[in-house]
Order: sequence, then structure tokens, then C-alpha cells
Amino acid sequence: MSDKNSSSIKNFLNDAGNRALIFQVVLLAVVVFVGYYLFTNLQANLANQGISTGFAFLNQPAGFPVLIHLIEYTEANTYGRAFVVALINTVVISLMGIALATIIGVVMGLARLSNNWLVARLATVYVETLRNIPLLLQMFFWYFAVLATLPIPKNSIIFGDFFLNKRGIYSPNPITQDGFGIVIAGFILSIIASIALVVWAKKRQTRTGLWFPAYWASFGTIIGITFLALVVSGFPIEFDLPQKSRFNVTGGMVLPPEFVAVLVALSTYTGAFIAEIVRAGILSVNWGQTEAARSLGLKDSLTQRLIVLPQALRVIIPPLTSQFLNLAKNSSLGAAIAYPELVAVVMGTTLNQTGQAIENIGLCMLVYGTLSLSISMFMNWYNKKMSLIER
Amino acid sequence: MKSNVGKLLSTAAIAATISTGAAAATLDDVKAKGFIQCGVSQGVPGFSNADVNGNWTGIDVDACRATAAAIFGDAQAVKFTPLSAKERFTALQSGEIDMLSRNTTWTYTRDTSLGLDFTAVNFYDGQGFMARKDLGVESALDLDGATVCTEQGTTTELNMADFFRKHKMNYVPVIVQKADEALAAYASGRCDVFTTDKSGLAAHRSKLADPSAHVILAETISKEPLGPVVRHGDNQWKDIVTWAMFVQVNAEEMGISSKNVAKIKSESNDPGIRRLLGAEGNMGESLGLGADWAYNIIAEVGNYGEVFERNVGPNTPVGLPRGINNLWTEGGVMYAPPVR
Repeated sequence: MSDKNSSSIKNFLNDAGNRALIFQVVLLAVVVFVGYYLFTNLQANLANQGISTGFAFLNQPAGFPVLIHLIEYTEANTYGRAFVVALINTVVISLMGIALATIIGVVMGLARLSNNWLVARLATVYVETLRNIPLLLQMFFWYFAVLATLPIPKNSIIFGDFFLNKRGIYSPNPITQDGFGIVIAGFILSIIASIALVVWAKKRQTRTGLWFPAYWASFGTIIGITFLALVVSGFPIEFDLPQKSRFNVTGGMVLPPEFVAVLVALSTYTGAFIAEIVRAGILSVNWGQTEAARSLGLKDSLTQRLIVLPQALRVIIPPLTSQFLNLAKNSSLGAAIAYPELVAVVMGTTLNQTGQAIENIGLCMLVYGTLSLSISMFMNWYNKKMSLIER
Repeated sequence: MKSNVGKLLSTAAIAATISTGAAAATLDDVKAKGFIQCGVSQGVPGFSNADVNGNWTGIDVDACRATAAAIFGDAQAVKFTPLSAKERFTALQSGEIDMLSRNTTWTYTRDTSLGLDFTAVNFYDGQGFMARKDLGVESALDLDGATVCTEQGTTTELNMADFFRKHKMNYVPVIVQKADEALAAYASGRCDVFTTDKSGLAAHRSKLADPSAHVILAETISKEPLGPVVRHGDNQWKDIVTWAMFVQVNAEEMGISSKNVAKIKSESNDPGIRRLLGAEGNMGESLGLGADWAYNIIAEVGNYGEVFERNVGPNTPVGLPRGINNLWTEGGVMYAPPVR
């Protein structure tokens, strides 16, 4: 009886699947135990040292200023609001950087493949230079070497109502007046109209083969209708003009040098990597495809747009995703030159005022994790959409 | 798989030893190591600054040296960790350093909720503003609309916000991660004004290309008592760091300096002085130190007046007057409890 029992256990253990399962369970238990142990240990140590814990500090007044805030923010607002301000700054610089880097990368990638010797060499120099210099140095370069050589506010460079000096680029600030709703309505209407136009043009092309320049027409429609609404409502916009004051230029809209330096550094640096990805992607498309398109009588621009790029995109998108992720994470270097993004505000000032390292670093990790996963999910969706659909 | 489990277990074992280590006495750790790990600034002349050979000098550095002299009888038994303002508290909380001596302001929040204990004040300071002379600014109240540069992660950020709000003035804050880069931004003209503690302003001004082109405005907008900080909960260690400072102040008051301390120890008949210098009894015992702990501090580092004159006094590049940092008997506020 007992002999039979032990042999059945032996059989059970001899099964590779069962063994694997047991090890997984044991490992999971150990991981959970260690995680629990570290967490309770942390809490006990924090309590021992008298360090406050929890997220209650988010409701307390922050008391410190933030240079760039796209939503209303004063020193009397809470740490929570400062966090949101910093989050917006991070997201804005990341998205703008991604858009700019993509444009720069595509242009430079195509330029490297250009038949024009000079254009191709210039693009090569750009890529090789920017790829090989650390990003932080490039930020310092733009901030301390380029933007700092602009004149002081007293001697601003002036174009009409635009001022340019060390403190930034000042432009008139449009302030909407009563009746601006008509303009917004007109704008929304024009967008709906142009979507309808694009859909109609596509359907017609499928049916009859006739081609219609839908995108240019949509562009014209949006500008036309919005302008018409502006005329009808009697231009309900006033401009707050920048003016020289004792120290700075005041009034108007200002683009601070910190923002410009971070944006330029991020987009040119990542653009150089994207240029290489684009070049490799295009080279990966068989030359026979281009020859075939030409033999059909397609123009070069159409060959690129309809034949080469769609195939190249399949190769380009996956590595492009990782460049976008890098850019979003690299935006944290902006802290070094006073751009008030997440690391500067949360891991810098807030952490220092509250001393709650675990909570603040946790918040930052959560944000960067979410941001990266969102970019990655969007790109995976786009990749799937662009991938070859086999019938 | 097995080795993974083993790794996890050894990690847990390390975590367990760390957790017990945190509660143990800092003095024992320091004695076992043979030196004090001391957190200082990344370079403020007069307070903590390294020369080309890597030798650290300054008031804050001397606070570490005094503690080392008390424990080891060797003021050189210190290793320094340069820290930015935003790194300093985490470094201390996590045990990376044994004491923090980095022009740090003693405030209520820091003392009560950061797991820190402030020891003694080794410099009474206050926040001020520095501006370019050619701006023609004479008072901090003329700063409406100015752009202000400062280092991140300090009480400075809060004080300047309070000051401008109180006087209903507008300003543009440029908050840079490190003091040197904040100063570079000011020097390049990104800001009209640089703000930090007045001692720091004097120190930073000595680093600028043409110090005479910049003026430190008269207003002092805050109280900034600066001094060494230790982790909360280790009373013995706190006592040592505190009394290393008090001994220096008392020594100045008693007229004991690094030059005459040996002579006084052998010749003085004053029982108080004989006890302090270890000629009689063992006052160091209650701190866990040797009988000559105070003697070593004074002999190797000097009294408070010597420390001040050597590092930030009128004859140094920083050139600060003694001001309120003078002894209470001389009209200042430097006052240490008696050694009895």
C-alpha cells in the first residue's frame, strides 16, 4: 500500500509539467514573502526614524513657484497641483519633441539617400555629430552657449510686436472676446466637412478611379470657413502686446529659453536616430518595387508615397517606438537646465520640502511607466494597422 | 531555478542585516569604519570647498573634522560626500552618510517630519539678494518684475515666494538643479537677481568673473540658522556632534585656542578647564569618548573664532564680518551651554 503511494508521488514528481508548476508556486511564494518582508521592513524603519509617510502631503500648500505652468498655478496651490503642472510640462515637451523629432528624422533620413552629394553629406554630418554627443551636454550647449548669447532685455531684438532676448521669445497674446464661440463653431464645422470630403473622395476613387486632391481641399475648407466665421463675428480677438519694463519684457506670450533648449536638444538628438531608422527602412524595400512603379508610369513622389513608404513603415515602426520612449524618458534631463518637468518639481523641490522620498519617487515611476506604456500601446496598435495584411 | 531562489534568500538576508544596522549606534559603526562619512556641499567657498588636491576646507568641513577629532583624536579621519541640496536629506536618511554638514537651515518641518535631528547652529544666516550693479537696484523692494535665479531644493525657494507674495510683487522664478549652474544662469544674464543665504551670496560672488560688478542688497528676508544634521533617534551620536560644536564656542569664550591649549592643559589650576581638557577625570565617558576629546577638538581644529576667521572672516576671499556670529559676550548670538 505504502509502496504504491510513494511510487505515485514519484510519478507525480517525474512529470516535467508538475515539477515546473511546483517550482513556480514556490518561487511565487518566495517573491511574495520577500516583497512583503521588504515592505513591512521599510515601514518599520520609516516609523523608527520618524519620517512621515503617505500621500497626505499632496493636499498641503506647496509654497514654491514654478516657471512654466500651462494651468493656473500659484504658490498657494497644493503639492498635488504642482505635480499636475509638472506632469503637463513633461507630457507637452514629450509630445512636441516626438512630433518634431519625427519630422526632422524623416527629412534627414530621406536627405541621406538623396542623389544630391551635398545634401546627403550634410545629413550624414548631422546624424553622426548629434548621435555621438551626450544629450545632457547638448542641452547645456543650447541653454548656456546658444540662447544665453542673445541680448539682454534692454537691447531686445524686435520684429514688429515680437521681442527676442535672453529671457525668451515674446509674442502678442491673443485674448478672445465675446462672440468667439462662432469662430469655434465654424472651426468644428469645417473639420466635420473636411472629414466628409475625404471619405467621399476615397469612395469615388474606389468606384470610378477618378482622383480628387482631398487633403488640399480639406485644408482650404478649414482655413476658409474659420476665416469666414472670424469675419462674420467681427474679429473677436484682442492682442496683449509685450512691452519693455524695468527688468524684463512683460505682457504677451513668452516662450522661455528653458523650454526652447530642451525641445531643440530632445528633437535634434532623437531626430538623428530616427533618420537612421528611416534610411534603413527605405533601403530595406526592394529596388524592384521602385522599378515596377516607374514602369507603371507613377511619378517619383507618388512612388515614394504609395509604394516605398508603406512598405518601409513596417520595418520603421518597431524601432521608432523605442526612440519615442527614449525621448519621453530623456525629457527628465530638462531638470538640469531649469525646465520644470516631473523630475525637477516632484523629485527635486517637492521631495526636498516634504522629505518623502518613497512616495515622490513612486509617483514619478508611475508616471513614466504609464507614459511609456501608453506610447508603446499606441505604436503597437499603429504597427498592427500598418502591417501587411495577407489575404 | 535553484540559484534564483538562493539569490532571493540572500537578498532577504542582506535586507535583514541592513534593517538591524539602521537602528544600531552610529558611533559604533563609525569606530568600526575608522572614519566619519560626512555629507557636504558641492562647493561653497568658506563653507565646504575642495582645492585642486582634493583637500576640503570650510566651516562645515570643520564641523566634521571636530567630530572626528573628538572620536579618533584625528581631525583627518573624515571622508566627504559632496551632495546637492536635493540629495542631502535622502543621503542622511538612508545611512549613506553619518552626518550632514552642508549649510542646511534648521526648520520646523525638517526637524519634525523628515527623520532628522538638528544639532547646533554653526552659522547664523539670512537670505538675501545679489544683483548686477548696473541695474541700479538699491533695495529688494525694487525687484517687482525681476527674474530670479536660485538653486533647487532649498528653503530659499519658499522664502523668495513668500517675500514676493507679501510685497505683492511679480517675479519670474528660474530654479536650477545645482548651485553652480544657477550661478552660471545668473552670470549669463538669464536672471536679474540671484538669491540664497547671504553667506552663500558672498561665497558665490567670489566665484564670479568680476565680483565688484555685483551688489548684495541690504535686506535680509529670512532667518537661516545653519548647522550639522544627524539621523533622528540616535541620541548619543547627536550629543557628540552637538557638543563638538559647543566645545569650540566655549573654548573661544574661555580664551582657549589651538595655540595655547597645550600650555593651558598643563598649567591651568581652574578645575573646570582641567576637567574639560581631560587633565582631571573623564568627561568624555558619558559620550562614549576618551578623556581628551575636547582637547583634541581645540588642538586640531581650533575654537569657533579661529574656525570663522580662517574660513569666512574678513581676511578671506569670502570676507564676511563676524556680525551676529560673534560670541554673546561680544554682542553676537553665539551662545553655548556650559560644559559642566
